[in-house]
Amino acid sequence: MSADNIKVLIAKPGLDGHDRGAKVIARGLKEAGMEVVYTGLRQTPEQIVKAAVQEDVDVIGLSILSGAHGELFPVIMDKLTESGRNDVLVLAGGTIPDDDHQKLKDIGIREIFKPGTSIGKIVDFIRQEMDE
Amino acid sequence: MIMEISAEGVRSGDERIIARVISQVENQRQQVFPLLKELYRSTELAYLVGITGPPGSGKSTLVEKLVLSWTAEEEKVAVIAIDPSSEFSGGALLGDRIRMGKISTEKNVFIRSMATRGYLGGLNPAIFDTVVVLSAAGYQKVVIETVGVGQNEIDIVRLADTTLVVTVPEAGDEIQTFKAGLMEAGDIFVLNKADQPTASRMGLILKQMLEMNDSENHSSDNSDWEVPIVKTVGTEGEGIEELRRAVMQHRDFLSRSQKERYNRSRVIRNHVVHLMEEFLRNHYIDPLLESPVFQEILAGISARKTDPYTAVEQLLKSFNKEQGKHEN
Repeated sequence: MSADNIKVLIAKPGLDGHDRGAKVIARGLKEAGMEVVYTGLRQTPEQIVKAAVQEDVDVIGLSILSGAHGELFPVIMDKLTESGRNDVLVLAGGTIPDDDHQKLKDIGIREIFKPGTSIGKIVDFIRQEMDE
Repeated sequence: MIMEISAEGVRSGDERIIARVISQVENQRQQVFPLLKELYRSTELAYLVGITGPPGSGKSTLVEKLVLSWTAEEEKVAVIAIDPSSEFSGGALLGDRIRMGKISTEKNVFIRSMATRGYLGGLNPAIFDTVVVLSAAGYQKVVIETVGVGQNEIDIVRLADTTLVVTVPEAGDEIQTFKAGLMEAGDIFVLNKADQPTASRMGLILKQMLEMNDSENHSSDNSDWEVPIVKTVGTEGEGIEELRRAVMQHRDFLSRSQKERYNRSRVIRNHVVHLMEEFLRNHYIDPLLESPVFQEILAGISARKTDPYTAVEQLLKSFNKEQGKHEN
């Protein structure tokens, strides 16, 4: 698969209203040649998984700043499995305390990008994973 | 979980299969042609509603409300939301889902965002092929939404049976700069955000423009159809019922006047042309662009040993010879 066919869903689960970060990532990935679906604020796990299925994305990027990742991410991962799309590469970003990273990785979230991560690093990570 | 990519799979309405087939339609076109052949022959195409207008005019919100009014009547509806690809990176930002939250989990609604992917000479043929897939999956209406700014968008709109052109009061005189083709392509004009104070003035400008258009085009496709202007406030759901009725009336008009058949045959003709262009590009033009022969020819043209006109004549002759080889 070539880089320009990579399709990414950038989603904001939960109730926080801060999507500057998500938008910066969406733009950055677009500029790296990816097709990025952005769903907007306050998405339920159902909406996110439905969008991932219908859009047939390769990657989901979850952005969260509300602290509810421990509640919402497992629901999203379960629903992805239920709909037969647990092959999607799931990444997370936002304000997620270091102590929680391992727990999230254990449920299948491949990588968690902390504030200050360069777009280049995320792009490289996605490309590398897609090549495998 | 293994997915059965087959005509039955698509017809079963499994969203995962439909989504994957659409990806193949976009990315692995050659491989999906056998499936498209099978689907096309056994499928009646869905009713196609095009919607276009400037950025921020409220298209996605209107689509959300219109789709809800259709699903309330047990219809299955699909939305293809098209956004432009970046010419520089090839990437795209597809944001139409932001304003479609209320239909994003409806069981009878399928939303797919697509990038234009910079098709040379007009429409990405994948859009029509996606309509074939969605029709086979049982969607009775397919809405094609696109930002109305350029020629590419007009081509997309021309796919549709009924085309809605959306504008807003603050567009003011800018409406004069609407591409001529867009004014003619509109079967229904929607004046959205009609609760703003300048709406009635805008309504008047629109009406005048449409009348002018009308008197200039006695022979146009729409000569017996009086293009309505429907005022809406998308966010409040105002005017949606009128809009739904206008779409229905246009559909009745098309089937009464046999124009639907005419529309469809034009769409099919265009698609055949697009597929041929795609074939020629993939099999002849692109391989040539990579070849050293082509570089030599370009160098020859630069040095004025030959000229672009002779070069093209010779290239076409060599295509013909190759074609002859295939036939033997």
